[in-house]
Amino acid sequence: MHRWGMVIDLDKCTACQACVVACQAENNVAIIGPEEAAKGRTIHWIELIPYIEGEYPHIKARLLPRPCMHCDNPPCTKVCPVYATYINEEGLVGQINYRCIGCRYCTTACPYTVKSFNWYPPEWPKEMKGSLNRDVSIRTKGVVEKCTFCSHRLLRAREKSKIEGRDLLPEDYIPACVQACPSSAMYFGDLNDPNSTVSMLSRERRAFRLMEELGTEPKVIYLSEGM
Amino acid sequence: MEEKELKLEEDAALFEPIRRTGKPFYLTLSILVAVILWAAWAYLHQYRHGLGVTGLARPIFWGVYITNFVFFIGISHAGTLISAILRLAKAEWRRSITRSAEVITVLVLFFGVGNILMDLGRPDRMFNIIRFAQFRSPLLWDVSSITVYLTASSIYLFLPLIPDIALLRDYSGKRKWFYRIFALGWTGTERQHRLLEKGIAFMAILVIPVAVSVHTVVSFVFAMTIQPMWHSAIFGPYFVAGAIFSGIAGLIVAMNLIRKVYHLEDYLRPVHFNNLGILLLVMTLLWFYFTFTEYITVYYGGEPIHMTIFWSKFTGRFAPYFWGMFLFCFVIPLPLLSLRKTRTPFGTLIASISVIIGMWLERFVIVVPTLTNPRLPNEAVIYSPTWVEWSVLAGCVSFFVLLYMIFTKIFPIVSIWEVREGREKSMAEVQERIKTYLPGIGVE
Repeated sequence: MHRWGMVIDLDKCTACQACVVACQAENNVAIIGPEEAAKGRTIHWIELIPYIEGEYPHIKARLLPRPCMHCDNPPCTKVCPVYATYINEEGLVGQINYRCIGCRYCTTACPYTVKSFNWYPPEWPKEMKGSLNRDVSIRTKGVVEKCTFCSHRLLRAREKSKIEGRDLLPEDYIPACVQACPSSAMYFGDLNDPNSTVSMLSRERRAFRLMEELGTEPKVIYLSEGM
Repeated sequence: MEEKELKLEEDAALFEPIRRTGKPFYLTLSILVAVILWAAWAYLHQYRHGLGVTGLARPIFWGVYITNFVFFIGISHAGTLISAILRLAKAEWRRSITRSAEVITVLVLFFGVGNILMDLGRPDRMFNIIRFAQFRSPLLWDVSSITVYLTASSIYLFLPLIPDIALLRDYSGKRKWFYRIFALGWTGTERQHRLLEKGIAFMAILVIPVAVSVHTVVSFVFAMTIQPMWHSAIFGPYFVAGAIFSGIAGLIVAMNLIRKVYHLEDYLRPVHFNNLGILLLVMTLLWFYFTFTEYITVYYGGEPIHMTIFWSKFTGRFAPYFWGMFLFCFVIPLPLLSLRKTRTPFGTLIASISVIIGMWLERFVIVVPTLTNPRLPNEAVIYSPTWVEWSVLAGCVSFFVLLYMIFTKIFPIVSIWEVREGREKSMAEVQERIKTYLPGIGVE
């Protein structure tokens, strides 16, 4: 059984936001205008958040790409009253847009605040409508959405490998953000495979996870010198 | 028992609201309907355009609606719980106040539930809660608990109504067919009385744990998450105490209005307000105790993530709300309720209005500051409710008052048979009861 995880090397990350743009395009994330964005209504499946370590004068600030942590023990799935958010056997935390009632309990329960809500119906400029990704469903107003680790790509990769009559290879399934990263700071793969890149990196000295003390067991692992 | 003098002249004041409806009633009615229509329009606006019309944003996903939900469910604790406790304690002074309390519970629950539904992004999918029910979610516990509570308190309201409905069936000209159906063939025989007493006593006992569970699971919606200052074991009892606190205040306000509007000064006497005032005083102190415990533990623990929220309440952006809550929940009601001189109907009314405002603020101060300061740095978003949210709140309050008013026009708001029973029987009963307490003259 696979256990999908991501590694982000902060020492390599240049905070260029290519991952954010790639994700936005891949997952049909709605474009929120400047007015609504100022109110805090933007939708991001991955975004860069300022992460501050230490106290003045020994202070260090860096930008940290934050996708959904795909926790092994997710606080969000426990509270959903309708099973619209759930964790599957491969450790992916999914979100069923067509079942969500929009109570926003999962959004408040997530300690990483990775979930977004559709305050209005999603909109795109006319020119962009033709380039929406057909593999990802379009959300309606009033539902919650979040990073899925591009699980539609996994479905596609599975089908492809089945047709070709072979096993799923590590390079078959890679989320859009990892694929787009120009400085190769992001890795993706099977944490259960002891020889996979992510598995080896996750056991490195530089590895840490966000708020490990909460016991959520995130599957996004950061690498950073001096943590 | 049938010969019970069912004269209308006796307790005529109690029949008066049902028999005659004056201009002021219709005037109030039209004002309330206007507010409700306005609120309905506001909600329709939200339904069409999405929750973007509220002041909510990420990470403040919950605001006024959730505050209202907790607040209204809290008010509902006035009725059934207080009435049940007074009945079980055989407090004789309860007779003229139980009905007005029980009605609050049943009616206000709809607005608690209503606010949750109005908070949904997709209210059209609300039946998913039943279709795909996930019982690990505290929201499902709420759904179950509130359903049981609504059912139990409706029955508990209805049972003591039966003899009064029969009175109206026999002696009121209006709506005879309606009263005939709901009187369930009551003729006031010995057997019927015995069954009724049994039913009421059973429901009174049943309703108490249910009421406690309701507000406990409401608090669990917050306490079961790992968010700072929500994840607290004290939340269950804190919410229950707060609910009873605001509930009694709601009851005192309602009784004051009924007393003035329907001239029931003889039924709702200063002693009732004095006694409820003492109860409210106890709850004021209990509220302070819980609030103090809650914040002192956070302060001494001193965890940075908690302290951010703590200071945002004490000195930061939420200080006006927090200290407003303290003023309305404690500083104003405490002296008013402590002094015998101000524990009058009017004094308790002022204290109660203050408590109601304070308790709404308390719920707001619980919900919003925690969400404003999440664990990970986020965009600094300031939540200010929009006209839509305020309109819905105004609409809910108006709708509740409207339903309450209509109830008083259909059913007697003071339980007639219980008052009569008190007059006829309880003097002797109480004397007997006292005798059993006293050494020397007690009968074994």
